Amino acid sequence: MKNWNLRLKLGLVILSFFMILGFFFPLLYSGNVTEWSTYPTNLKPSMEHFLGTNSLGQDIFWLLCNSIRTSFLIGLFVAFFSTLIGILAGLVAGLKGGAVDRIVMLLADTFIVIPSLPILILIGSLTKGTASLFLIGGVLIAFNWPWPARQVRSMALTLRERDYISIARFSGESTIRILVKEIFPFVKDWSIGNFINTILVAISSESGLAVIGMSSNSKATLGTMIYWANQHQAMLGGKWVWIGSPVVAICLIFIGLFLLMTGQQQYSALRRGK
Amino acid sequence: MKFLKFLSSRLLTYIFVILLGMTIVFFVPRFMPSDPVESMLGQMMSKSSTMDAAAIEAMRKTLNENFGLEGTLGEQYFGYMKRVIFTQDFGPSLTMYPVPVKELIADSLPWTVCLLGISTVISWLIGNGIGLLAGIRKDKAYSKILEGIAICIYPIPYYIFALTLIMLFAYIFPVFPLSANFDVSGFTWENLKTVIWNSVLPALSLILTGTGWWVISMTTLSRNTNEEDFVAFARMKGLNERKVISRYVLPPSPVLPNTILPQITMLALQMGTIFNGSLITEILFNYPGLGSLIYRGILQADYNLIMGTITTSIFAVATATLVIDLLYPFIDPRVRYN
Repeated sequence: MKNWNLRLKLGLVILSFFMILGFFFPLLYSGNVTEWSTYPTNLKPSMEHFLGTNSLGQDIFWLLCNSIRTSFLIGLFVAFFSTLIGILAGLVAGLKGGAVDRIVMLLADTFIVIPSLPILILIGSLTKGTASLFLIGGVLIAFNWPWPARQVRSMALTLRERDYISIARFSGESTIRILVKEIFPFVKDWSIGNFINTILVAISSESGLAVIGMSSNSKATLGTMIYWANQHQAMLGGKWVWIGSPVVAICLIFIGLFLLMTGQQQYSALRRGK
Repeated sequence: MKFLKFLSSRLLTYIFVILLGMTIVFFVPRFMPSDPVESMLGQMMSKSSTMDAAAIEAMRKTLNENFGLEGTLGEQYFGYMKRVIFTQDFGPSLTMYPVPVKELIADSLPWTVCLLGISTVISWLIGNGIGLLAGIRKDKAYSKILEGIAICIYPIPYYIFALTLIMLFAYIFPVFPLSANFDVSGFTWENLKTVIWNSVLPALSLILTGTGWWVISMTTLSRNTNEEDFVAFARMKGLNERKVISRYVLPPSPVLPNTILPQITMLALQMGTIFNGSLITEILFNYPGLGSLIYRGILQADYNLIMGTITTSIFAVATATLVIDLLYPFIDPRVRYN
């Protein structure tokens, strides 16, 4: 627990809360949360329905829990593969150099400049709001690997010239072993931070797409929850819990992720003795 | 020489971005299960009976061209690229036939450029100003509070701000109009007032989210620079604080890292993200820019419009990034001289 800072603790507390809501609570509920007219519509919050029900007859609490889970899963999926591909591409580009480096970086710079949302909207509009979440996740990965790739490449460029790497190479270590044993420890801390940040970006992109009805409308995610609430004039009808609960959840989850990321960076800086 | 090298690498990326972006836009519809042309024609025929057979045939032809369904794949691809790059021709809008998509885009692009340009500049200035203050006065209570607020604001996405602002200022406290009204023609002061009044909320949601990021990054940058030896030396030689900041912490210095340059690089890298945010903000506020036009295309299944607006947005973001990149040599002498 040494070196644990306030941001790290606060971020962990907030995220644990939502992780429990998203991954534990859905286990307690057996029905289909997105099914319409399961309950009477527009009930006030009570012991039976913690957050009441909405105009579609869905229980808002269970819907919220499931939405949190799906959104987290999208975030983790995209973050894992973006970070993995990014680190590999960055290492290869930085260590190989030459033409490989230039091609990887040109691709990375290109994907950074191209705005991802219009492409996602194009896919969403062609599938009329039934795009699979995997497809959306895949596109998000294509747009998120360049950030770690750029960073890891510049790290690899400086590492390549260090004496201890040369010594390892001359003493006959395999390239894989050098990567894993000598280089990865330097890249690790930064990559964890990037991983957390990509979770945030992925959840944010998917829900942004979902808010305008271009994601997978029949799945429960935080974004589609806002979409359905908006579609049924939740604001005009003053149904603040329905539209407010996913909004509040997104805000808190994102603040939690951001605190965790900056906290982790401070933590690893302290551990390195800075 | 160095400048030429810089320029050519940026131009190369720019061209590559546009080509790759257009290629994606060209190929995505081909991988989709449904045939958009026939479903669209069916939809149109059911909507209006005024179109005769010849018009429908002509429409099918433009549609087939637009989706690259005539000739071999190679011919279609190069035909599409040539048509879009040299004539910016995306065919007629299907729902507002025969108005060309190009015209609709030309009407809405200035709105987006203005909203996005003004709000990005404002948030960049405010954010970096606050960040600088919080960075160099790091022991003061107010700088901690400012940083704390920025940390809570930054991670929240644009559309959440947009929704919250709508809830607060259009429903709960009805200060601003619920549905924006930009139905103005010609330039009068009265019209300008209407436009500004209706743009306050969308601009505010873009400015608020943008600012958070600039505050956070500028705080870190200026804090680090402020602890550099050369800044300490400048203080020791008796320069007053204002001069230390303006000459050493803030400006690009020929030899040492500084704070403004990374922030400009960051702005260039962030253009795509900022644009994504503005699309959704426009849609939620019904603001008459490119975002709303894309949305209209989606709602009415107007594929010419969708293809046109999406290609345009890639082009716009790439161009904005290039322009910011080209500001570099004016600010950084290291790129100008060898």
